[in-house]
Amino acid sequence: MAMDAGEIEHLIKAKFPDASIEIRDLAGDGDHYAAHVVASAFKGKTRVQQHQMVYEALGGRMGDALHALALTTAAPKD
Amino acid sequence: MSPQQDVQDWIRKTIAQNDVVLFMKGTGQMPQCGFSSQVAQILGHLGVDYKDINVLDDMSIRDGVKAFANWPTIPQLYVKGEFVGGCDIIREMFQAGELSQLFDEKGISYDKSKLTA
Repeated sequence: MAMDAGEIEHLIKAKFPDASIEIRDLAGDGDHYAAHVVASAFKGKTRVQQHQMVYEALGGRMGDALHALALTTAAPKD
Repeated sequence: MSPQQDVQDWIRKTIAQNDVVLFMKGTGQMPQCGFSSQVAQILGHLGVDYKDINVLDDMSIRDGVKAFANWPTIPQLYVKGEFVGGCDIIREMFQAGELSQLFDEKGISYDKSKLTA
């Protein structure tokens, strides 16, 4: 199963409207992505919490429809 | 007690009794997934003793550990009973020197000569 990069971006954006999101399709197969997400909601959260928030936005697709999403997250710099 | 509860208890006990635990696909010697392999390589590079748990041996642990940490993927690294992260976070921490810093704070011994500058 695979997922469209636009769909990933859409799901993240729906949860974090102010997020800046970069998504790269690593293998060109619609199944291995790298995403960098910067969102103000990440402020004061640990990395684990930030990633959990993104996984939550993806609504259970991570590890299922979406096999591989290399994720990096950050809060915006002031 | 439900079987799921047994698995959660087993996970809790395992991470309490071992300082560094890696839930992974395959073993430290023979990882069976690229992401698990990356974390095993980082720990191996730093010369950290860790307990490897092959989730492919037991579906209930594979599912149980995902629920345990509210984390959808394998591998998962635990240090002193705390979930530290999966492959992306461990790689990022290693590259930033934060992983060795964590081992220092938690009193986990590793090979300091292997730190990249």
